[in-house]
Amino acid sequence: MLEDMKAEDIVGEYKEVTLDLYKLGSRKILYTEIETPYPDGKLIVSTTNVEGVISHVNQAFIEMSGYAEEEVLGQPHSILRHPDMPPAAFKDLWDTVTSGKKWQGIVKNLRKDGGYYWVKATVIPNIRNGQVAGYTSVRRKPSATVVDESIKLYPTLF
Amino acid sequence: MSYMFTVSPDFSPDRLSGWYIFNTWMQRQMGVDIHLELYDDFCAQRVATYSNKIDLIYANPFDAAMLVREKGFLPMVKPEGLLDEAVIAVSAESSISTMDDLTAKLKVAMTEDPDVNMIGMMLLESADLNDDNIEKSIFDSYILVAKSLLRGNDDVGVFLAGSYDDLSNMVKKQLRILLTSEIGEIHHSFLIGPKFADRREEIQNLLIGMNENEKGQGVLESLGFKSWEKVDDEEMEFMIDLMDTLSV
Ligand SMILES: Cc1cc2nc3c(=O)[nH]c(=O)nc-3n(C[C@H](O)[C@H](O)[C@H](O)COP(=O)(O)O)c2cc1C
Repeated sequence: MLEDMKAEDIVGEYKEVTLDLYKLGSRKILYTEIETPYPDGKLIVSTTNVEGVISHVNQAFIEMSGYAEEEVLGQPHSILRHPDMPPAAFKDLWDTVTSGKKWQGIVKNLRKDGGYYWVKATVIPNIRNGQVAGYTSVRRKPSATVVDESIKLYPTLF
Repeated sequence: MSYMFTVSPDFSPDRLSGWYIFNTWMQRQMGVDIHLELYDDFCAQRVATYSNKIDLIYANPFDAAMLVREKGFLPMVKPEGLLDEAVIAVSAESSISTMDDLTAKLKVAMTEDPDVNMIGMMLLESADLNDDNIEKSIFDSYILVAKSLLRGNDDVGVFLAGSYDDLSNMVKKQLRILLTSEIGEIHHSFLIGPKFADRREEIQNLLIGMNENEKGQGVLESLGFKSWEKVDDEEMEFMIDLMDTLSV
């Protein structure tokens, strides 16, 4: 179960929306228009088990999401789900990785403080002894061009 | 039976004798013949590993991925605190002051170092640069990459961070770093081939314990390492998965 976002965590003026998350039900989201720039040269890394529950995050993940490590371990990745992201993107992500392939896309993520950050994400299944043991996502800095394209494209995909 | 040992060709020339000293140390400790074969370039080394000639290798992350996934090599150790990071640098006099100033047709100097180039291209990608819109020049060493920047023949250089640090102060003063990667997860590692696999734990323990006696410390010093740290299968697999995501 994902807790609703709390007003006291939010920095700046915010809007409110309720998202319907797969298997988890609804979550109240508070979000602002404040962007956190991607940290140059770093990768944001996280791994989930086969069910999609977060089992490992790196320091850059913690810094960029605004959550402490213990707040994200054991949670689903939809804790970062931003309302501007079209559901079709994540359906494509899951269809691709569960069929054993790599997925790549430009993602707008939601921070604990209601702000957002853009990433270029690559998700791969972790194959161990011939079996899928989990999934890893490695995010890098997206170019300004691909972010602009996504800002134009994503609203048309709802 | 004798074994073949090789070292990724990206080691610094100052360490050449160090690797021979290390090989002598290993042979004494293990009581076997080990032949150290050094190749001039990445390609020659890859041909040798592909034809199953190699039993022990201090491999760069790129080749390690191939050897573990395709050739049944197993990880043993990595040098403590040494990471593979890339530096994007320009001449100190360059008009380029940040990554945002990089534009298409950029002239990029690099070596053949496969993992450094992969990380370097990933960094350039955030400025909308890729194989199709840059001009690459490939050099045999990082000092030649630096010289090409100083002569103004190329706009930016892609360096292994450790090798950039090793450039002389005189050269570094004439260069400027635009960006250094902070990946923190990619490293060289010492691998053992399938033929030798039954001795993996023994060698692993020998290497991990190397810094506990004076003799071993001296040998490590000649390689420029503090100590060897254990790399288990999952750490290696994780690093390979991570590099896999960067290759696209
Ligand atoms: C390894 C991995 C990493 C993921 N990273 C993110 C992420 O950073 N942001 C995000 O919104 N969804 C991410 N997802 C997708 C989420 O699992 C989820 O599908 C998405 O947030 C949409 O929520 P929903 O599927 O409940 O509708 C990731 C999935 C996997 C397998």
